Amino acid sequence: MPTDKTDGAGAPDLSKQSGAAVQTGPDFDGNGRPRIAFEDVSKQFGKNVVLNDLNFNVAKGERVTLIGPSGSGKTTILRLLMTLEELSGGFIYVDGDPLTHRKNDAGKRVAMKPKEISVIRKRIGMVFQQFNLFPNMSVIENITEAPIHVLGQSKDEAREKAKKLLDQVGLGDRAEEHPTRLSGGQQQRVAIARALAMEPEILLLDEVTSALDPELVGDVLGVLRDVANSTDITMLLVTHEMQFARDVSHRVMMFDAGHIIEEAEPDAMFSDPQHERTKKFLQAIL
Amino acid sequence: MSSSVKWDWSLANEAFPDILKAFLEVTLLVTVAASILSALLGLVWAVALRELPGPLSKVLGWLLGVIRMTPLPLQLLIVTYGIVTPQGWLAHLDGPDQLNHRLMIIGIVVFAVHYSTYMAESYRAGIESLPKGQWEAATALSLPQSRTWRVVIIPQALRATLPSLGNWAIAMFKDTPYLLAIGVIEMVTQARQIGGDHFDYIEVFTIAGLIFLVASYPTAILMRRLEKKLAY
Repeated sequence: MPTDKTDGAGAPDLSKQSGAAVQTGPDFDGNGRPRIAFEDVSKQFGKNVVLNDLNFNVAKGERVTLIGPSGSGKTTILRLLMTLEELSGGFIYVDGDPLTHRKNDAGKRVAMKPKEISVIRKRIGMVFQQFNLFPNMSVIENITEAPIHVLGQSKDEAREKAKKLLDQVGLGDRAEEHPTRLSGGQQQRVAIARALAMEPEILLLDEVTSALDPELVGDVLGVLRDVANSTDITMLLVTHEMQFARDVSHRVMMFDAGHIIEEAEPDAMFSDPQHERTKKFLQAIL
Repeated sequence: MSSSVKWDWSLANEAFPDILKAFLEVTLLVTVAASILSALLGLVWAVALRELPGPLSKVLGWLLGVIRMTPLPLQLLIVTYGIVTPQGWLAHLDGPDQLNHRLMIIGIVVFAVHYSTYMAESYRAGIESLPKGQWEAATALSLPQSRTWRVVIIPQALRATLPSLGNWAIAMFKDTPYLLAIGVIEMVTQARQIGGDHFDYIEVFTIAGLIFLVASYPTAILMRRLEKKLAY
């Protein structure tokens, strides 16, 4: 069932959420507030409008895959959530709390202070296409830096947790190495561990296997499958790995030119796409 | 040709200790102190250029440009005779040693500020050479900006900048004879005075030149080693 997301899904309020039918697995919190809500979000780079009045919600624990041709705005959505890009218009809410802009008492849209933003941002983690590990730090320092200096964990506590995470991603013996000595796939697994060490409620995965040699993709996806199966972290992923998207996500959203043109459970989306554009896109990549 | 150049070993032997003394006590001291100071100042400028609000950053960039594009000897003269002398800091001193000492301090400060403007450019290039992803990863981890500079950006930028900082330090070293402009008796001036006493200059200037060479070369090698050590 193609859903029209251009109206009705604005406020961070479950009652207005369209497409709720597919959100059977994940839970909303007691207040009925979605984990993530985009309200009339627009983003433009110069004159280039990437997103225009975009509205959608993601439930607590929900895993949503964003698909669509390049330039359709899916990576921009992740980057807006991570506050790596500035919102041109609209609001993003995390657990009902505004992320970068809010309405003041007069109902006007105002930008929030960096300190206020950082409080909410700590609930979000991101894994990048290019890993972006810090090459001047060892693997374990990469993972413990933020837990120690942002979350205030003791060094011992942070190291212990980091070691567990490294075991989990299959790199328990590489803690003291520098990232440059690891393969791309290993670096990406460290990056996943680094993001998880911040114990985020939301994990953003931006084409995390696109820069990897094909034979290294499996290990990274395996680690992410484990994370998906063993935690209730809300995930937003942009990926071209359709089988993976099918396996782990609750919902797939198809983007074109900054709009959600179709969304559905993965099985339905991949086996029976409704929209012409989706059919063409899936044919081209599958 | 009757007056061919002759090398006088006895003059060379006699002059060497004094020239070396001037090298150690003035030239080397000024170079080391000004190098450290300018490396720190340059980093401060480079970070400030990125962190200050737009208009302030522009003003700073403009000031640095002015310093970079005017000659060092002129700056030495302006600061010594235009700023410091009217303040009375160079008057009523206990003899030539104290004067030389104070002039040296002026020299160190002017050299440091002058070269810091070049080093700031090098740092800026080093900072800009880092992938944007490094900043983004720091943001994604919610690292405070100061922490991001300290543990992510500066250590990596320093590695990219170090060879160029070393080159500036060596250039500064070779510029120390400019101290002559404000009357600091550094190595070359000292050599010239000794040469003047004997109407014979070739030995003393050769010695000064050799000392420059002997000091610069190992520094260059040392920098290269340090560079390799910092690689990861």
